[in-house]
Amino acid sequence: MEKERRDFMGIGLGVFTAVGGVGALYAMKRSWDPLPSVKAAGFTEIDLAGAKDNVLTVEKWRGKPIFVLKKSADMKADDRDIVIGKDRFHVTIGLCTHLGCIPAYKKDDKKFMCACHGGEFDVSGNDIKAPAPSPLVIPPFKINGTKLVLGEEGPEYQKMKDAGLTA
Amino acid sequence: MRELKILAVVVFFSLLTYYLVEPFAHHEMHKKVDAEGNEIVINHRDFVYDGKADVEEAERAGNKELATKKKAFWSDVKTIAGLKGNATAGEAGFAMCMGCHMDGAANMGGVIPPSLEHAGAIYDKNYLIALIKDPAMAGNVDHKYADTMTHPMGSVSSMFADNQSIADVVAYLQEKKAGEVTPKEAFNEACVRCHAMRYDKVTQLGDTPKFKHEKDALAHKIKVIDEQDAVKKYMGKLPPDLSMIIRARGEHFMETFIENPQGQLAGTSMPRVGLNAEGYEKVKAYLTAIGDPSKVKREALGPWVIGFFVIFTILAFLWKKEKWRGHH
Amino acid sequence: MAHFDENAKPFGNKWLDERLGVNTLMKVLNTEYWIPKNINFLWAMGMVLAATFGILVISGIFLMMYYKPDTNLAFDSVNYTIMTEVGYGWLWRHIHGVGASLVFLIIYIHMFTGIYYSSYKQGRELIWLSGMGLFVAFSAEAFSGYMLPWGQMSYWAGMVITELFAGGSLEATGLVEWIRGDYVPGDAYLTRFFMLHVLLIPLVIIGLIVLHFGTLRLPHVNNQDGENFDYDEAAKLYKEGKVKESKVIPFSPVFLSKDVFVMGVYFILFFYLVFYHFNFAMDPVNFDPANGLSTPAHIYPEWYFLWSYEILRPFSKDFGLIAFGIAQAALFFLPFIDRSPNVAPAHKRGLFQIWFWALIVIMIALTALGKLPPTDPLYATLGFIFAVAFLFMGPLLFVITKFEKPLKKGA
Repeated sequence: MEKERRDFMGIGLGVFTAVGGVGALYAMKRSWDPLPSVKAAGFTEIDLAGAKDNVLTVEKWRGKPIFVLKKSADMKADDRDIVIGKDRFHVTIGLCTHLGCIPAYKKDDKKFMCACHGGEFDVSGNDIKAPAPSPLVIPPFKINGTKLVLGEEGPEYQKMKDAGLTA
Repeated sequence: MRELKILAVVVFFSLLTYYLVEPFAHHEMHKKVDAEGNEIVINHRDFVYDGKADVEEAERAGNKELATKKKAFWSDVKTIAGLKGNATAGEAGFAMCMGCHMDGAANMGGVIPPSLEHAGAIYDKNYLIALIKDPAMAGNVDHKYADTMTHPMGSVSSMFADNQSIADVVAYLQEKKAGEVTPKEAFNEACVRCHAMRYDKVTQLGDTPKFKHEKDALAHKIKVIDEQDAVKKYMGKLPPDLSMIIRARGEHFMETFIENPQGQLAGTSMPRVGLNAEGYEKVKAYLTAIGDPSKVKREALGPWVIGFFVIFTILAFLWKKEKWRGHH
Repeated sequence: MAHFDENAKPFGNKWLDERLGVNTLMKVLNTEYWIPKNINFLWAMGMVLAATFGILVISGIFLMMYYKPDTNLAFDSVNYTIMTEVGYGWLWRHIHGVGASLVFLIIYIHMFTGIYYSSYKQGRELIWLSGMGLFVAFSAEAFSGYMLPWGQMSYWAGMVITELFAGGSLEATGLVEWIRGDYVPGDAYLTRFFMLHVLLIPLVIIGLIVLHFGTLRLPHVNNQDGENFDYDEAAKLYKEGKVKESKVIPFSPVFLSKDVFVMGVYFILFFYLVFYHFNFAMDPVNFDPANGLSTPAHIYPEWYFLWSYEILRPFSKDFGLIAFGIAQAALFFLPFIDRSPNVAPAHKRGLFQIWFWALIVIMIALTALGKLPPTDPLYATLGFIFAVAFLFMGPLLFVITKFEKPLKKGA
């Protein structure tokens, strides 16, 4: 009986200390979180008005390259295109879905080729050659006139996402 | 029992050391004494301005003439404060103020004339009267303008030549320019013409806009430097950025310094700002929000952590009692 | 090769014991590490210090994740990024600042406990010396850490303390510039003191802590009466279950349970200071950014350096430096200055008791005077008197202990 009670006190203290430890771990976890200023900077506006047919421009959003390509009339339309007026745009995160290298755009072949491991994507960002496992990722966007706000989820993006086309 | 005696000795010497190096040493360090070596106590005056401190300062310096002049000045202020001001009549007078204190005003003689949008809410009535009557005397910085320099607002006395017109315009400010004011607005109107707040991206030109191109950002920076140079030329040195001032100075210092900068820092070129109690609370709220934003979280978390260790200590005591049972 | 039980359950007690000697380790360090029973809460200060050091390491790790050792960025990385942006960054900083101050309070209590109970001699010299080594290492750690926020006090403390290395009339400005890596404390200076603070000195401290614990194991911890008894015999009694008759207790769990209780009380004080009373440990003047062209109206070190700073101040430049040097080194020699054969609490040692309390008074007086403005002639005079008095305490101890009568056993 005596022994049991003694152990009970020790265990009680240990459990209580562990509760405090969990609190401390929470504070530590919070310290690792991205800073509010980093999160606030996660929105980038890009203007599509000046884009030219079949010319790739690369913007930067959350530190990652963003491919912007205005499709020419001869390119096949795709559900993954962002449509503004009559123009169709390919807008994706320019990182190969295999292991994150930046594929290069071959203007004449109209496809993206990744030099790291040889993956290829078509002009709509769909994977056409292994080891690329899936299409290039479409970043969250919101259409604002001829401008695109990256980081915000507009209705067009929601629709694509629901259809499973964004990744 | 013996342990408690030992604890008492340890606590006594710890507290003695603490008292000597903190409250006592800081008091001795910042003590101000007059010519006879008597301590000058600077009291907080609840943000009411009657010129008493200014007169005492002149007397202490042995300048009888100046003391008489200041006494007369503040007694005039009191007389005007007793007049009944007519806000409607004051509106025309205020239109003259707006000649300089307008939106987007440029630097005039040293600083950018501040907005008066909430002047009636954040400044003391006596101070406003004094300011219109003689800005240098109101700010207790008349020593700065004794020789050749003129106060940038010096022309105001010719605009409001008689006492009634001063009473009218002050009545106007107190009736029409006394709307609800946010802490940041109070800071902008009372402080920003001299002091930047870089942790809130505020410079002497106000909020720093967002620039997409570095070139525009640099162009703005140059404009800020030009403005700072102008302020520097006028004030003698660039007034400090106030981002951390709430932690760099104590409560008592802040209150008494704002009431009368000369009292705490004799010879400083900072004029009295004339904030009333509400204005000071607003400015302080802003300074706290920027300089000590964790205050709220800190005060909310404190009881929990301390409570945790109180319970921890009780449990540890019980555990210790069990472990030591039968040992004595 | 030793015998291994092939059927032992992997990672079970037997399996581990055969490979790591865990049971022996447990005995040596915990259950059969015998501590005298005749002790008071002052004996818990060692574990309180260890815990505080642990807290300083943990809070330091989180501060280091956003601190930038660059003169242009350091101040804002501390006061803006850590204090306003990082989740609980303010908490780590307050804990680190208050911890750095409290660790010295406990070090001083720990040291004076050692002096009071004569725990530095007759087999315990190395405990004292390694402890003094820790005191010096902690001082260096505190000073280097004080540079990092790069406020006005950081800069001017850095300026003044490194200037000491010019050696007065020796005018070794080359040495000073070598230490700083610049003519004044600048970028190179800040970065190297950052390195010292987060790497080199902590390594030294950890090494010294291990040594300090090691020096304790054989001579054993002293007790309230300085009594020297047979530990084997006392341990035998304890193991036989005669815990009341035995003069010892095992470190774990009996001694530890008391330590944990004392730590709990200490942590209440610690976190009260962290949340409600931190200004004493985080000087408001240091919230003004460093400015090499304007010295603050009053500069002073943190409170724990004040007594030695005050020994420097009242004398001429050269003699002040010599006195300062003596003060830093003097305490190291305590076990060899004390010639008395007695290991006993001060209240049983006659004149030594008076000497002890005089030392406390002198050091507290020096601490206070180190912060009081030297422009006041009264404080300047008092500072001189107490500094001279401190310097005489060493020779005085030698004389009074030389003539101290040996205590009878059991007295």
